[in-house]
Amino acid sequence: MIELEGLTKRYGEKMAVNNLTFTVRPGIVTGFLGPNGAGKSTTMRMMLGLDRPTAGDVRIDGKHYDQLKDPLKYIGALLDAKAMHGGRSAYNHLLCLAQSNGIPKKRVQEVLDTVGLTPVARKKAKGFSLGMGQRLGIAGALLGDPRILMFDEPVNGLDPEGIHWIRNLMKSLAAQGRTVFVSSHLMSEMALTADHLVVIGQGRLLADTSMADFIAQNSRSYVRIRTPHRERLLDVLQRAGVTVVQTGNGTLEVDGGKSERIGELAAQHRIVLHELSPQQASLEEAFMQLTAESVEYHAHSEAPPEQPRAWGDGWRKES
Amino acid sequence: MSTPQPPMPQTAAPNWQAAPGASYPAYTSPIPVKRTHLGNALASEWTKIRSVRSTMWTLGVFVVLVVGIGLAAAALVSANAGEGELAGENPLSFGFFGLLLGIMCVITLGVLTTASEYGTGMIRTTMTACPTRGRVLTAKAIVFFVVAFSVTLASAVLVALADVALLSDAREPSSSEWLKGTVGVSFYIALIGLLSLVVGSVIRHSAGAITIMIGLVLAPLVIALFMFSESLEDLRQALFEYSIPNQLSVFYSQSLTDTGPSGWDPLWIMLGVTAAAFAGAYVLLEKRDV
Repeated sequence: MIELEGLTKRYGEKMAVNNLTFTVRPGIVTGFLGPNGAGKSTTMRMMLGLDRPTAGDVRIDGKHYDQLKDPLKYIGALLDAKAMHGGRSAYNHLLCLAQSNGIPKKRVQEVLDTVGLTPVARKKAKGFSLGMGQRLGIAGALLGDPRILMFDEPVNGLDPEGIHWIRNLMKSLAAQGRTVFVSSHLMSEMALTADHLVVIGQGRLLADTSMADFIAQNSRSYVRIRTPHRERLLDVLQRAGVTVVQTGNGTLEVDGGKSERIGELAAQHRIVLHELSPQQASLEEAFMQLTAESVEYHAHSEAPPEQPRAWGDGWRKES
Repeated sequence: MSTPQPPMPQTAAPNWQAAPGASYPAYTSPIPVKRTHLGNALASEWTKIRSVRSTMWTLGVFVVLVVGIGLAAAALVSANAGEGELAGENPLSFGFFGLLLGIMCVITLGVLTTASEYGTGMIRTTMTACPTRGRVLTAKAIVFFVVAFSVTLASAVLVALADVALLSDAREPSSSEWLKGTVGVSFYIALIGLLSLVVGSVIRHSAGAITIMIGLVLAPLVIALFMFSESLEDLRQALFEYSIPNQLSVFYSQSLTDTGPSGWDPLWIMLGVTAAAFAGAYVLLEKRDV
């Protein structure tokens, strides 16, 4: 369980994280979603005690992070694949982490097996591919067998097989009753893994909802129609009690999945149709609509536009 | 990434209950919870320092420089000195040249111990594993100091014994000279390394911190060389006397001047400076974001 209360981080004039309050519950995967630069990484750094909040509070199972005496047994975090010394072997990297938390040595071998890095355990981390680096990071997160796991953009740069593996891993961790908190800027990825959704934009909380609710509210299905006999079709549909929306580019849209009925009506009245296609608004679109305001704010603000922040800038500022 | 992994073969059987609606953590780790202490951090830092190649490189070059130059200097002098010329000389003092150059290696290793973690991003992993930041810095300092001191002491003793044997014409060093020329000088060099470690922690940038430390070693001497003006004579004198190379030579009673630090003074000066810097770095580390 992670509780955030009014969490705020200000860098000079810029509010990176603005008054965030939400709770990450055990037993489910909670997705932490936001466009690039929304403050996801900053929030996660504050959760881990790396950055000091300007205001507000984060508690891990009721305690501040720096009150945890052996934090790896409470919370395991994958920050980014590069948060390690490239010259050190995978085994030694995990060993020094285990020692700092008094975790038995044999656990290192166990997590290496879990992530499938045993064959390269003695190889230097700098020779690892991005996917192997991610796996080593995950091995570090699992080292203390913690009840809370936190992954920052875990699928970034992974191949499909790696993505599949991480998805299953997160789901099974949550099924064991652990708290799983995972950040992403890809709605489509979250839709496949997360049970609960926290969306932020511009450092502010935009949504805190279950995935099922989010999908129900945001996945609009409609039928798109193109016809040379626009006026006639409109008349016909109106008489039949079907609500039609005229869109700018000459197409008509009808909410709900009524394509058969529309086709039958058109045939009865001998109206030619050039297109009759059921459409599903993607969750990606819904997410973009939700965050549009915070993104637009960037583009139209009077202030000089800020440097677009690539994801992970914050984590990698030193490298 | 070659073998597909089965989803989470957790080795330890988790004793969890996925009771829906249970408001509090269901998962309990089979790994016993322990209160960690400085000993854990020390073990961790020891693993870190011995598991990277830069440690072996810097210390290897250090030993080669100290032993090689120390022996070469003594051999050269002994081959060219006339009868009785060395009679009043302290044979230990020929270890000075090797150690002076060796300082660069100790500085590099000291800086890398802290700053390289910032360069690689490892620091975030380290501080997540041990949120008591001061403990990390303390553990690094202790591990580094012990390593630097032992390696320096071993090299210095080796050179001292060899030089005394090589320069049989020179006088027998007193026991206090032995102590200063081996243990004393090793403490001094290890402290310079520790100061570098502290500077690395504050600057968080390897190249920058190494440059600062090398500047600290060389600059006073170089600046003093170019102070021709009469009115600056006092300052020039002080820069000479308190420059690190001159303080190092004090351990061999070979100071360039008759005033200035003498005896064990250089050690106390370096100890004070390092302690103050350590305190500053400690406070900064607690205050700053990682």
